[in-house]
Amino acid sequence: MTGWQTLFYKEVLRFWKVGFQTVGAPILTAVLYMLIFGHVLQGNALVYGKVSYTAFLVPGLVMMSVLQNSFANSSSSLIQSKIMGSLVFVLLTPLSHWDWFWAYVGSSVVRGLMVGLGVFAVTAFFGQPGFVAPLWIVVFAVLGSAMLGALGVIAGLWAEKFDQMATFQNFIIMPMTFLSGVFYSIHSLPPFWQEVSHLNPFFYMIDGFRYGFFGVSDVSPWLSLGLVLAAFLAISAVAVNLLRTGYKIRH
Amino acid sequence: MPAISFQSVSKTYPAARNQPGPGLKALDSVSFDIQPGEFFGLLGPNGAGKTTLISILAGLSRASSGRVLVHGSDVVGDYAQARRKLGIVPQELVFDPFFTVREALRIQSGYFGIQNNGAWIDELLENLGLADKAHANMRQLSGGMKRRVLVAQALVHRPQVIVLDEPTAGVDVELRQTLWQFVARLNREGSTVLLTTHYLEEAEALCSRIAMLKQGRVVALAPTSELLSAASSNVLRFKIDSELPMHLARQARITGRIVQFPAQDAHDIERYLAAVREAGLVAQDVEIRKADLEDVFLEAMKEKDVKQPMATDLAGAAK
Repeated sequence: MTGWQTLFYKEVLRFWKVGFQTVGAPILTAVLYMLIFGHVLQGNALVYGKVSYTAFLVPGLVMMSVLQNSFANSSSSLIQSKIMGSLVFVLLTPLSHWDWFWAYVGSSVVRGLMVGLGVFAVTAFFGQPGFVAPLWIVVFAVLGSAMLGALGVIAGLWAEKFDQMATFQNFIIMPMTFLSGVFYSIHSLPPFWQEVSHLNPFFYMIDGFRYGFFGVSDVSPWLSLGLVLAAFLAISAVAVNLLRTGYKIRH
Repeated sequence: MPAISFQSVSKTYPAARNQPGPGLKALDSVSFDIQPGEFFGLLGPNGAGKTTLISILAGLSRASSGRVLVHGSDVVGDYAQARRKLGIVPQELVFDPFFTVREALRIQSGYFGIQNNGAWIDELLENLGLADKAHANMRQLSGGMKRRVLVAQALVHRPQVIVLDEPTAGVDVELRQTLWQFVARLNREGSTVLLTTHYLEEAEALCSRIAMLKQGRVVALAPTSELLSAASSNVLRFKIDSELPMHLARQARITGRIVQFPAQDAHDIERYLAAVREAGLVAQDVEIRKADLEDVFLEAMKEKDVKQPMATDLAGAAK
């Protein structure tokens, strides 16, 4: 293994060793959402005119779990090792900023996809969404988790205390995922809120991901792909630059 | 080519937001070289800049000006090469709670691109008395054991230069013995060692050359034997039960009941004893000994007073 592969391996091992908390718990949370929302809203109007609400909800919950856990992985690893002081073991190595970036983002993608697969396996019992265009599913899952992994790198470097991290997670990541169309199609919203939703990059990730299952979406998957890719590149540029300059980790 | 070359290294910490001013100068044009194979001691009181200098060497901190080379590799411009040659034992007792001792060492090897490092890891575990802890989780280890793992982690990539930043602070005698035996062996086999310590007898016993830092400047730099012979050659040591008069106390080093005076010759010794008698005191357990590194150190710290108003604040800034 090369240096970055070792860091990647270490980061995967880190979350896997506490798998109950990092993989098991989010799957259980998603099942609870499914039970409650599925029960309350099943039997309501079909979404896109043909899809049952529970089937519509499955990809949304999967993508929400992917995004939240990818973010949690890189951000919590960085802030924990900063506060514990064990980041020094990585700081003393010849690893470059690109090595750091790919290792942290790569391990976040792995955790995001593991949680996503787990959530899908469990929630699919409630409603089968189908696989109209599987490639879109994979592309949006990987790109979405990579983007949130990179965002987690930024948050992990920036935050100095756990409550700052909680602020980032609760006031930015949570609202953006909840208001991105996980639980509803934005066509059901008043025009004003539809416009607002279009400003949220998380909306395009979930919408594009859902297109892979149903072949129907609120906007074109190509538009979603372009916007998500642009957001990923912009966020990555910031993250790589912070790592290059040693922002808050080298004085 | 020197193993480590500090070239006019300065470091100024920016002033705190609520304290306008020029900031704290933790290092002021520090320059010296350490040759391959040397066992070099870096001494100084808390806040003298030792840890700041080591942090700059390690790439954990950037110098405000000047540069540092490790076997010719710049620690900023050619950091990857420089870090491959350096093994740094940090001062803080840090550990990664997710892994066992062996996992931590395998991972640390991997960061340097080293695979199949098992034989060397076994040797490190054996020599540092960690063999029976190889499969223990880092969280389960005592402070002393964690310290040993820190040393092992610094050595997994067989660095040419070993840097120990106060490695024996608060550790028991057994670990000190184990550590020094092993580091001395690595030094004999060709590794360069840079040591900072508060235990001056350790520095005197181990280091062939010493630099003393005070308020960010080098105030002494010479072979240990030269420093010792340049100091007052003798020390008059005795115990008393009452306080010394002020004019005598100023010249002495006092530790509880023990009083020590630097003395060049027999005349000095007679003079001090007479002064004690005149003050109505009785000197007990009188002895005359050779000056040691502590005497040299105290003299260096006393004589070359560096005028810098904020020096007392440097301790915090250097962390």
